[in-house]
Parts: sequence; structure tokens; C-alpha cells
Amino acid sequence: MGRSYGDTALNAGGLLWATRGLDRFIDFDIYRGRLTCEAGVLLRDIQHLCVPRGWMLAASPGTQLITVGGAIANDVHGKNHHAVGAFGDHVRRLILQRVDGTVIECGPDLRPDWFAATVGGIGLTGLIEQAELQLRRVPSPWLSTESMPYGTLDEFFDLSQRSEADWEYIVSWIDCLSGSLNSGRARGLFMRGNHAPLSDGPSPRTKAKRVPLIPPVSLVNPLTLRAFNASYFHMGRWRAGYSTQHYEPFFYPLDNLRDWNRIYGARGFHQYQCVLPPEDSAAGVQAMLAEIGRSGRGSFLAVLKTFGDRAAVGMLSFPMPGVTLALDFANTGPDLERLFRRLDAIVSQAGGRLYLAKDSRMPRTLFEAGYPRLSEFHAYRDPGLSSEMSRRLMGE
Amino acid sequence: MKHILIVGATSAMAEQSARLWAARGDVRLVLLGRDAQRLEAIAQDLRVRGQAVKTLTYVLDFESAVAIGALVRTVTQVAPIDIALIAHGHLPDQPACEGDLGLAARELSINGVSPVLFAEAIAGAMQSAGRGALAVIGSVAGDRGRKSNYVYGAAKGLVERYVQGLQHRLATTAVRVTLVKPGPTDTPMTAHLKLGGAKLADVGAVARRIVAATDAGRPVLYTPAKWAIIMTVIRNLPRAIFHRMNI
Ligand SMILES: Cc1cc2nc3c(=O)[nH]c(=O)nc-3n(C[C@H](O)[C@H](O)[C@H](O)COP(=O)(O)OP(=O)(O)OC[C@H]3O[C@@H](n4cnc5c(N)ncnc54)[C@H](O)[C@@H]3O)c2cc1C
Ligand SMILES: NC(=O)c1ccc[n+]([C@@H]2O[C@H](COP(=O)([O-])OP(=O)(O)OC[C@H]3O[C@@H](n4cnc5c(N)ncnc54)[C@H](OP(=O)(O)O)[C@@H]3O)[C@@H](O)[C@H]2O)c1
Repeated sequence: MGRSYGDTALNAGGLLWATRGLDRFIDFDIYRGRLTCEAGVLLRDIQHLCVPRGWMLAASPGTQLITVGGAIANDVHGKNHHAVGAFGDHVRRLILQRVDGTVIECGPDLRPDWFAATVGGIGLTGLIEQAELQLRRVPSPWLSTESMPYGTLDEFFDLSQRSEADWEYIVSWIDCLSGSLNSGRARGLFMRGNHAPLSDGPSPRTKAKRVPLIPPVSLVNPLTLRAFNASYFHMGRWRAGYSTQHYEPFFYPLDNLRDWNRIYGARGFHQYQCVLPPEDSAAGVQAMLAEIGRSGRGSFLAVLKTFGDRAAVGMLSFPMPGVTLALDFANTGPDLERLFRRLDAIVSQAGGRLYLAKDSRMPRTLFEAGYPRLSEFHAYRDPGLSSEMSRRLMGE
Repeated sequence: MKHILIVGATSAMAEQSARLWAARGDVRLVLLGRDAQRLEAIAQDLRVRGQAVKTLTYVLDFESAVAIGALVRTVTQVAPIDIALIAHGHLPDQPACEGDLGLAARELSINGVSPVLFAEAIAGAMQSAGRGALAVIGSVAGDRGRKSNYVYGAAKGLVERYVQGLQHRLATTAVRVTLVKPGPTDTPMTAHLKLGGAKLADVGAVARRIVAATDAGRPVLYTPAKWAIIMTVIRNLPRAIFHRMNI
């Protein structure tokens, strides 16, 4: 669907395969919750088919408007990573079509090396043609949620730790302009949720809105941001507490605002998402917020979340134990890159990595240091395939 | 259980329409085409999409009047047909048809004669059963002959006249016949136009309107709706102006 933020799905001057036509379901075992489908099926179509029958995708990212193939190739994660792992942890089988015509079937227990290369393999091991997914049972489309404000990073880590055992979904929004006020402070909103039993609440209104035009300048700038972040925080604090929410607005808040990226204007924006290992996460996040504060720019979709301890399935999967911070920045050219370089230094010193699904600029050294299984990966590449990203980061 | 017959079931418009019918559950979908393997992949998908969805697939020669008649009899023997959609078609290479009468004949046959023979057979079966909703896909191209594609346009024009006749004949019965006239839509048929940058309608949206119009028994559906206005203008353009247009 081209929902990756960086250059992983780009191939300027070359051929791009659009996979949306591969959109057929193949089998749904409703007793065991196993769904087999082609790789161009949207996660939304799976949810719409399965939720009324008591099953749901075990892991899904902040948008459901992506394909199964894209979800596997980036081994995407959701708000419940600490509880269930990433998307790839719930794939039982893959069928991979290579450019030379070979077909490779693989899974956790069948050619596991091919499986590990393809999950998170950013499309470089071949075309994923179909997949069998293990879904999870859900009693209803509803979630019991709780949200609460926090004022320091320590509070965030403490809340995360205390919530992980009892709450399946955890995520937090962080006001990245607050970190600079004085060190140790970082206000935000902490949200957690669990599946709720059947409730007869009304289905959400899902009339999609659309950003109608591309403004000449970014509507996200230091002035609007400070105002936005302050009011978002205070609104959130005011509305804190328990509620029952339908899974769609809770999991996929942006999906009902079509073309939301247009608010950044014609120059667009960059997303920067890193993960820092647990030992350094508090200090690292603090240092990053301080850098951002010093740069005078902010991010309005800033998300902070802890990952679980399980080892990722894919050789190039992004998730690893620690905390992940995702930030959006309006594209302002070279001075934004200077900020990114300073953030890179913090990530690299902490032994962290950047998310390939969000990247179009990281230096090759940071990539190589962040993804130690890269050398293993090369052997599984399809020599017939490359992308802007692969040529930038792997040389071919 | 509703009994639904789809002729040309591998067409993108037909497949999207079938998904909407399947999602309602409790249906038997009979799919006709010329490639068993592709029909089975679609049938498999439809069975997943709805509860209690049964499918049957048949391969036949779409240009054989005998085969068409026999097939419709076979299908109606199981149960009367509640809904039928006739969707097959092929966009010809107009200049090639001008130089090759054999090709022109085949294009006229698959786009014109074949769908109306299916329509005749199905409408007859529905009339005997005393009920049914039949939709036939024509095209905006059938509204006025144009140099860029009058072989196709003429065949679609035949479909329109034929459907009008059926509507007239069945007006006093409970059988409803709908003529669907899509504008340019994003399907494999128009893939080459898309490469040329043409603006094409979303096939899912077109299918939603086909299904709604068939359910409602609407006599004529232009989809997207703006084509009703555009074609009114085109049909009424004075010849002197029309002939100077390059369309
Ligand atoms: C609003 C929003 C929120 C998001 N939230 C999250 C989040 O919470 N967590 C998260 O992990 N990600 C998140 N993302 C990122 C998104 O989930 C990933 O970028 C995802 O991979 C996009 O899928 P896609 O179908 O658009 O694939 P594309 O972006 O088109 O492609 C992604 C990669 O997959 C490969 N690929 C796609 N299909 C196939 C196939 N059939 N076979 C082989 N390779 C294939 C491509 O080559 C490319 O390398 C978010 C994105 C958006 C826009
Ligand atoms: N797309 C548009 O812009 C547009 C506009 C106006 C009208 N229409 C009409 O809409 C209908 C559906 O078309 P579509 O857009 O969905 O196109 P499509 O996906 O290309 O489908 C065409 C269908 O016609 C079948 N077909 C073609 N030649 C055949 C033959 N000789 N024998 C048997 N079947 C044959 C194809 O079968 P195979 O799969 O076996 O090839 C396929 O099922 C057609 O009647 C078309 O004329 C389309």
C-alpha cells in the first residue's frame, strides 16, 4: 500500500510491483482461528471479516490500511508487543515467489532460515504471495481502556512496568517539547487497554474525514506545536480515566483522517523511530528529548512504548527489548538532518537501531551496527530485486 | 438461501459484486467463466467472505447458443435464480477490427450477441419462476457510436436495445431487468488506459452501485453517476460539432 514512510517501497526509475490485486482469501478455519490469504489483502479486510466471528489479528500497527505482505516484510508491531510480539510471530506459513520462478514455502517449522530472512526482510527475499496467519480470540470489538497523564520519564517507565503484566495494549503519547523545560521532566499521556466482553454500546461513527488540500507551508511548526501539545496534554489530563472504546479508533486513530500527511505541506515530513536497549533507555530518551528541545522544533505524533523481551523472528526485524520512540518532523531540509545526526549519535551510543519502515536517510554505519544479523541475511536475497533502500543501505 | 448466477465471474466488476453478495451469507453463488482454475480461486475467496456460502463453478463456450441454453436450464433445475449478473466483455482494438472482419465479428459476438443470449435464457427462466432480478453490464460506449471504439460501442448498443425489449416484455411481471452502464473503471480491461494516465473509477464503488441497483430493480444505472450527465450531452451534440471531436 506504500504506507512505509521511507524509501523501502520505492524504486525510482525501475519497476514497482503493486500487490493490491492479490487480494483473495483462501481459507478461514474458524475453530482454530487460522486465516490463509494472498499477500495484498488489507489488514482492515481481515479485521472486518474476522472480528464479527470472534477472531482478530494478534498484532497490528497504528494503521490497518496496509497489506499482509507489507506487515510481514517490515515485521510490524502494535501496542501489544510486550504481550504477543510482532506480526511475524503469528505467521505460520509463507509462500515466496522468486524472480527466477522458484517458489519457496516456509514457516517457523519449515525452512526456518528462509522464514527468518523474509519476515522483516523488506521485500528483498522475493514476492510474498500468500500467508497463513494465526489470529487471536476476542470476545467483542470492544476494549476497556484507561488513560492517565504522567509528568516525568521515571513515571512513564514505572507505569509501563506495572502495567505490562495486566494490560495487553500499552502506548503513550509524549510532549516532546516538555523535555527541555528541565531535565527529568517529560509530560505525556499513558494509555492502556484490554479486550472487553460483549457490550452493546454503539459502533463508532466511522465517517472518514479528509485533509482537503496541501497547504503551501506546513501547518505543523513550532508555534502551532507548542499550542497543540499543551492543549492535547491538558485535554487528555482532563479526560483521563476509564472508558470503553471500539478497537478501530483505539488501534488506528489516523485511519479516519484521510491524507493526514498533507498537514505538513508540500515538503512533507520525516518520521524518526528508534529503539534503545533497556539499560540505556531512560537516559537515552531524556537525551533525545533534550536535543529536540534545543533544536526548537517538535513533533506532534510522538509515541513512546516499551517492547517485550522476546527475540524477534526476522533477521532484520526492528523490535528488540527496550523502549521505542517515534517522532514526526516537518521537513525543513538540512537543519532537520543536523538534528537527526545528533539523535543518531545517541541511538548508536546506546546500541539501538532505527526502524527501516520509517527511514530514508540513516547512515550505512548506523544500519550495520544496529542490525548485526545483516551478514546472515545477504545469502537469502533475491538477486532480481532491489529497492531504493537496499541500494542505499546494502549497496545493491 | 438466495440463488445467484454470475456470468463472466472472473471480471473484476463481477468479482467485487459477488463479494458483496457473499458477505450477506446464506447464498449459493453459481460462477460461469472460461478458466476453471481462476473460477475456483474466486469461489474459494467467496466462501471465506460469508457464512453459509455455497459455490458452484462452470466452464462453457460463451459464444455457443446451445451451451448457454443448456447451462441456464441446469442451473434453474436446482432452484429458481433470484439474482443474475451478466458481466463478461472484451475491449477490442478498434483499428485492428477495421482491417480484420473476422476479428470484428468475434468482438461483436462476445460483447453483443453472447450477453443477450444469456439474458434471453435467464429472463425466460425468471419469467417462468415468476420472479428474479437480472442485471446486464452494457457501457456508456453504447450511447453513441464514436470512431475510437464503435465496434465495442455497437455491441453494447445491441445489449441496451435488447434489455429495453426485455423490460417492456416483463413490465407486468415481478421480474426486474437492470442495464448497468459503467464509465471508465479501474479493472484489468482498462489497465493500458491507466498506464496512459486515465482517471478511472474505483471498481469496489462501481460494484456497490451495481448491487444496490440490482436489488432495487432500477431499469438503468450509470456508474459513476456523473456519466448520466456526460452522456446526455454527448448524445445530444449536433453532428456538426460531434464530427469535429476527436473522441
Ligand atoms: C499512520 C501509520 C501508523 C503506523 N504505525 C505503525 C506501528 O504502530 N507499528 C509499525 O510497526 N509500523 C507502523 N507503521 C508503518 C507500517 O505499518 C509499515 O510501513 C507497513 O510495512 C506498511 O505496509 P504496506 O502494505 O503499505 O507496505 P509498503 O510500505 O508498500 O511496503 C513495505 C515493505 O514491504 C515490502 N512488501 C510489501 N508487500 C510485499 C509482498 N507481497 N512481498 C514481499 N515484500 C512486500 C515492500 O517491498 C517494502 O519493502 C505505520 C504507518 C502509518 C502510515
Ligand atoms: N472497465 C471499464 O472501464 C468498463 C467500462 C464500461 C463497461 N465495462 C464492461 O463491464 C464488464 C466487466 O468488465 P471488467 O471491467 O470487470 O473487465 P475484466 O475484469 O477485464 O473482465 C472481463 C471479463 O470478460 C470475460 N471474457 C472476455 N472475453 C471472453 C470470452 N471470449 N469468453 C468468455 N469470457 C470472456 C473475461 O474472462 P477471463 O477472465 O477468462 O478473461 C472476464 O471475466 C464488461 O462487460 C465490460 O465491457 C467495463
